[in-house]
Amino acid sequence: MKKIFSRPESMSKKPFHYCPGCDHGVVHRLIAEVIDELEIKNRTIGVAPVGCSVFAYDYFDVDFNQAPHGRAPAVATGIKRVRPDSIVFTYQGDGDLAAIGTAEIIHAANRGENITAVFINNAIYGMTGGQMAPTSLIGMKTQTSPYGRDAATAGHPIHMSEMIATLESPVYVTRVTVNNPANLMKTKKALLNAFTLQKEGKGFSFVEVVSTCPTNWGKKPTDAHKWLTENMLPVFKLGTFKDTQGVEKS
Amino acid sequence: MAEKVLMKGNEAIGEAAVLAGCRYYFGYPITPQSELPAYLSKRLPEVDGVFVQAESEVAAINMVYGAGSAGARVMTSSSSPGISLKQEGISYIAGAEIPCMLVNVVRGGPGLGNIAPAQSDYWQATRGGGHGDYRTLVLAPNSVQEMADMTVAGFEFADRFRNPVLLLSDGVLGQMMEPVTLPDPVDYDVNSKKWALGYNGKEKSERNLCSSIFLDVDELEEHNWHLYQKYQVMTDLFSTGEYKDFAVEEHLCDDAEIILVGYGIISRILKTVVEKCRKRGIKAGLVRPKVLWPYPAQVFERLAKTANQFLVVEMSCGQMVEDVKLSVNGKKPVYFFGRTGGTIPSDFEILNEVDKLVRPD
Ligand SMILES: Cc1ncc(C[n+]2csc(CCOP(=O)(O)OP(=O)(O)O)c2C)c(N)n1
Ligand code: SF4
Repeated sequence: MKKIFSRPESMSKKPFHYCPGCDHGVVHRLIAEVIDELEIKNRTIGVAPVGCSVFAYDYFDVDFNQAPHGRAPAVATGIKRVRPDSIVFTYQGDGDLAAIGTAEIIHAANRGENITAVFINNAIYGMTGGQMAPTSLIGMKTQTSPYGRDAATAGHPIHMSEMIATLESPVYVTRVTVNNPANLMKTKKALLNAFTLQKEGKGFSFVEVVSTCPTNWGKKPTDAHKWLTENMLPVFKLGTFKDTQGVEKS
Repeated sequence: MAEKVLMKGNEAIGEAAVLAGCRYYFGYPITPQSELPAYLSKRLPEVDGVFVQAESEVAAINMVYGAGSAGARVMTSSSSPGISLKQEGISYIAGAEIPCMLVNVVRGGPGLGNIAPAQSDYWQATRGGGHGDYRTLVLAPNSVQEMADMTVAGFEFADRFRNPVLLLSDGVLGQMMEPVTLPDPVDYDVNSKKWALGYNGKEKSERNLCSSIFLDVDELEEHNWHLYQKYQVMTDLFSTGEYKDFAVEEHLCDDAEIILVGYGIISRILKTVVEKCRKRGIKAGLVRPKVLWPYPAQVFERLAKTANQFLVVEMSCGQMVEDVKLSVNGKKPVYFFGRTGGTIPSDFEILNEVDKLVRPD
């Protein structure tokens, strides 16, 4: 019998600790598939954030550093400068990347570090129990915005991809999601593009994945993607904001 | 023997780092340490090294965490407020046991304070500074020569103990020009650490992880005791073992009735004071800790048997004096004299204090 679906080689055997309906595991798997396809497992180094994916290093069978909250792009900079032949990626949530670590991501992007940042935007702080994130939607009720996010005092959802695309150095900036099989394939392609660009030494790539957190959204796992599609996608428009090498055309 | 060259303290640290095999520097500008990054921004490219001016001290220390994780000899430097910002990263680095070299050219605090020389970061340096049960090896030079020598030694200690090492200097030493004999260059190989990320000598099945997280309480307890044991080994080596002479300088202590105690720039003033005392018939001696953690307590235990009293002099309101008191352990009185806010005490002022103690009437 031919095996047509199995665990990617770059994925460890450890079962995910993520909640049912959470997209973290899905994105992990896609990254592992890309690492396998590009045959870069032995030279890939991941940087795990602080957030629900703090244990990302348990799931990938590659070298890892576990960075302080928000600082993964700085840690990745240090690693990549020492090991320019390795493939270095950060994996970060929206609290990590868009709040406490805003400076680090912007400046790593602006320096054009030849690394890849994977940004999981689930509009909430998962690990700490569902507080408001910079990406929370207007009116969204969270543990720390019990009356709904009020733009007058808490500002608007922050659009990281659009912000990073304004910089000159990044080569690839895209926003994707995994809410259905077609988008899942697009996400895989985006990750493949990003890692390929890095492999070719082209520069900084950024993949934002609009993702679920059913647990802290108070949704059933089966309803999470529907909620994401109806509420998040109108605010966080899918698309590619920067592609200086034209990878999506080729 | 290499010939002597005239250098500023901050530059001597930079050149010594390069000679010690450091090829990576990450930092953020702050006075009074700017000569060091300026020097390295020019020097590192000459040796195919990397100099990055980070967006903040927070980013700089995390670049150090990354570069150290990848097996490099790496350095960052700053001055007091910047070192405060680096503390979270230093705690992670200590927890993950990543070797690296940190330099604090101390200025006056708290807050923005001023840019004048001070010794008011002693507690921060020796007590950890960041969160958690960890220790940093702290070296305190008092000359440009020692800034160079201790930088080289610091990289060796960092690798040997897999621990951050902090060179605690101040604005006077940093800006001071003195002749220095530079150390011989070391050939350092980034592939010498088997635990490092990207280490290329691994079997295909192995992978490396640099992390400070141990979610399981038993695992974290085990890790913390492991660190503690390492710190005990360091304490033994610097008090009675291999590095005991490296750790402290004693001057005319054998017959001393009063022992003056000071580190860094203060120790040079104290040497003058001791000489003046001796000329006036006062039997004074000097103890200069060169390593501030682990503290050379054994020297004070011994001298508490022969001397009558101790006078600790610092450019702070009194920080190291606590360690002297702990070491003397109530056996003899320990007094303190300090100037703070950027004022350097004069030998005359200190002599006056000695007079008051030795001839109370
Ligand atoms: C310096 C610091 N501040 C705060 C925290 C607490 N903390 C842990 S995870 C987190 C937010 C995680 O949210 P996000 O980055 O969105 O990731 P998610 O859990 O949703 O995947 C916070 C605030 C911390 N660990 N360190
Ligand atoms: S809390 Fe949210 S982000 Fe975290 S694992 Fe559960 S669903 Fe995923």
